[in-house]
Amino acid sequence: MPLVATALSLTHIGSLMRGVRSVDEVGADERAASLAKRSIKKSSKLWALDLAVRCMDLTTLEGSDTPGKVTALCAKGMRPKPGDPTIPSVAAICIYPSRIADAVAHLRGSQVRVASVATAFPSGQSFTSIKIAETEEAVRAGAHEIDMVIDRGAFLSGDYQRVYDEVVAVKEACGSAHLKVILETGELGTYDAVRRGSILAMAAGADFIKTSTGKVQPAATLPVSLVMMEAIRDFVRETGRPVGFKAAGGIRTSKQAIAYLVLLYETLGADWMTPDRFRLGASTLLNDVLMQIDKERTGVYQSGDYFTID
Amino acid sequence: MAITKRQSAELAKQAFEYAPAPEAIDHVKIQPRYGLFINGRMVEPHSKKHFPTINPATEKKLAEVSEADEVDVDRAVKAAGKAFDSWSHLSPSRRARYLFRISRLIQERARELAVVETMDGGKPIKESRDVDIPLSAAHFFYYAGWADKLEWAFPNRRPRPLGVAGQVIPWNFPLLMLSWKIAPALAAGNTVVLKPAETTPLSAMVFAEICMQAELPPGVVNILTGAGKTGSLVVAHPGVKKVAFTGSTEVGKLIQRTLAGTGKKLTLELGGKAANIVFEDAPLDQAVEGIVNGIYFNQGHVCCAGSRLLVQESIAEPLLEKLKRRLGTLRLGDPLDKNTDIGAINSRAQLDKIQGLVQSGLDEGAELYQPECRLPERGFWFPPTLFTNVSQSYRIAREEIFGPVLSVLTFRTPAEAVEKANNTPYGLSAGVWTDKGSRILWMAERLRAGVVWANTFNRFDPTSPFGGYKESGYGREGGLHGLAAYLDLS
Repeated sequence: MPLVATALSLTHIGSLMRGVRSVDEVGADERAASLAKRSIKKSSKLWALDLAVRCMDLTTLEGSDTPGKVTALCAKGMRPKPGDPTIPSVAAICIYPSRIADAVAHLRGSQVRVASVATAFPSGQSFTSIKIAETEEAVRAGAHEIDMVIDRGAFLSGDYQRVYDEVVAVKEACGSAHLKVILETGELGTYDAVRRGSILAMAAGADFIKTSTGKVQPAATLPVSLVMMEAIRDFVRETGRPVGFKAAGGIRTSKQAIAYLVLLYETLGADWMTPDRFRLGASTLLNDVLMQIDKERTGVYQSGDYFTID
Repeated sequence: MAITKRQSAELAKQAFEYAPAPEAIDHVKIQPRYGLFINGRMVEPHSKKHFPTINPATEKKLAEVSEADEVDVDRAVKAAGKAFDSWSHLSPSRRARYLFRISRLIQERARELAVVETMDGGKPIKESRDVDIPLSAAHFFYYAGWADKLEWAFPNRRPRPLGVAGQVIPWNFPLLMLSWKIAPALAAGNTVVLKPAETTPLSAMVFAEICMQAELPPGVVNILTGAGKTGSLVVAHPGVKKVAFTGSTEVGKLIQRTLAGTGKKLTLELGGKAANIVFEDAPLDQAVEGIVNGIYFNQGHVCCAGSRLLVQESIAEPLLEKLKRRLGTLRLGDPLDKNTDIGAINSRAQLDKIQGLVQSGLDEGAELYQPECRLPERGFWFPPTLFTNVSQSYRIAREEIFGPVLSVLTFRTPAEAVEKANNTPYGLSAGVWTDKGSRILWMAERLRAGVVWANTFNRFDPTSPFGGYKESGYGREGGLHGLAAYLDLS
């Protein structure tokens, strides 16, 4: 097996990408399904729910986002359950570039990071120069993390070089900001392509690879995440550089969140169970996690009215 | 105070080490003592003898079962012979109805059966729950469908039932093997006398209850518990017209000798030493799962287990690295815990056998790998084990270990892979892992094995025939082939 990273820094990215090892779809689905059957109880469940909050990118990505909406989300992210200091704050607030200033203002002094999507999110169908400019502006406005999308049009037409160059350029534009590269796996069609995209993004310098924008169905799934985590594992083995993983889109329940943590634990190991290397992108997951934490602690469910909607 | 990444990972590992998630057992009622199921009723054995069956994970006694003697066997075969007259003349659609009913009852009592199977045999609850019990129900369901279509199944052959079938089954998949045997036999219009394995009789006792619940006519199914002696009495009884045996090659040969010249029909499903062959273009992570599933499923107590890994030399190193990492994530322990991947070894005798063969591997010079793994203090346990540096001539590469022990060999070309894979007295199953479709077909043509799995392993379906070449036995179970074994088609 060729050393993916070193080889890719040479030329002929296209032919090297076609040489990336394949994924058996049936096998990947089965493995993910069997891990989803793990039964996480009591202390491990509480710990997992706490981690899910700490690793959450609390997200709003709507055309209707306003300063008010973002302010409310920041408040929720910093203190998910008012009056309960044992609940940690989330990892980041994930928003559109135009709302960065609002988030920066409200998160000042907290540990919560500002993550912004960029590069003509969600389609990625724009000029490279604009994508780079958008990234630079976002970082200048105060974003600590950039969630870029790859150019799926280029990827699916086989122009891997273009995708690679763009990620490299955006990474450079990020400066010290962390770069998450969204593959939009729902548009890639096969696990082979997901694996290829993962390795391409990592080789081009991604700090995280991320499943989806949340705007395309299917968004994150367990088997797709498994394939990406396995790609990370292989990449780390060959290069020594750890890369994070972010699942995003359609993760709404604690049960789903725990399934992702189990997958992470059994695929990449305990080293990845930290916000530095794992994120859950979600807009509505948080309250269900809070509700389950209460249930584990007290033995009873509280009504939805005891959890703030922001 | 800042903690390092390493420390935080260590904390994460401790915190997430899954809390126990045991399957509830309070809904299961195991009786203290079981009789024999003869002529539709549970009766005391003529022998007056009972023996205990234990939970191999705790070594605690679960129940006592009867030991059937010659008189008991005779009573059971006569009951089955008498029932044959009416059962074989029952309208086929009525026969189908009973089988459908049994299938439904297995599904209804699935949780109970899964727990019983796990407690009596030591297999992880996730396997009995997700594999053994659903497949058992599926077999009855499948053969129920054939019961009134025999003329279509074998056109112009005038299919007729054979009579009383004597069936002896092993301890690795107790209820599933019972279903493989009983479902096609009844669908074809035969009646049966079945002997479950000595160490795992309990799910068959629950099945006897299911037969009563289904109001199956008396004598159609008879279940006799006992040891090897009882089994040999069943197969040797002159009233038995058809013998089906699943178990060791040694016993299979013995049965074949006993039956020579008697005119009884015989099918044997015996041992195996399957090769799981991984080519350099295989999807590696899925191949690793397939290897793990192939040999560590049910603690390796699987006749078609992929106990020899043949890996192309060019990828041996990365594959073994992945495989070793994966072994480290296997969870060994309480079989009733829903997160357990590897349960208890079925019996002390089997554990001794595994230990003996592993020792021979070490003595012959193979290199042993076992992941860090704490074994419970009570019960019979063996950690997942992998041998490298194995030669074809070593005992661990030739003999069936029937435990969680994998022997790794390498090959250079497809031809060499075929040669090594076939170089065994067995021929039950094989696995081929490659991205190249044409190579799968090329291999399948040349591998002398009853089943060849491509990019998967240990996959079963009632519609698919299963059985061996050479010392793995003859005859097929499952599918139409399995039905033919219980019919006179001459």
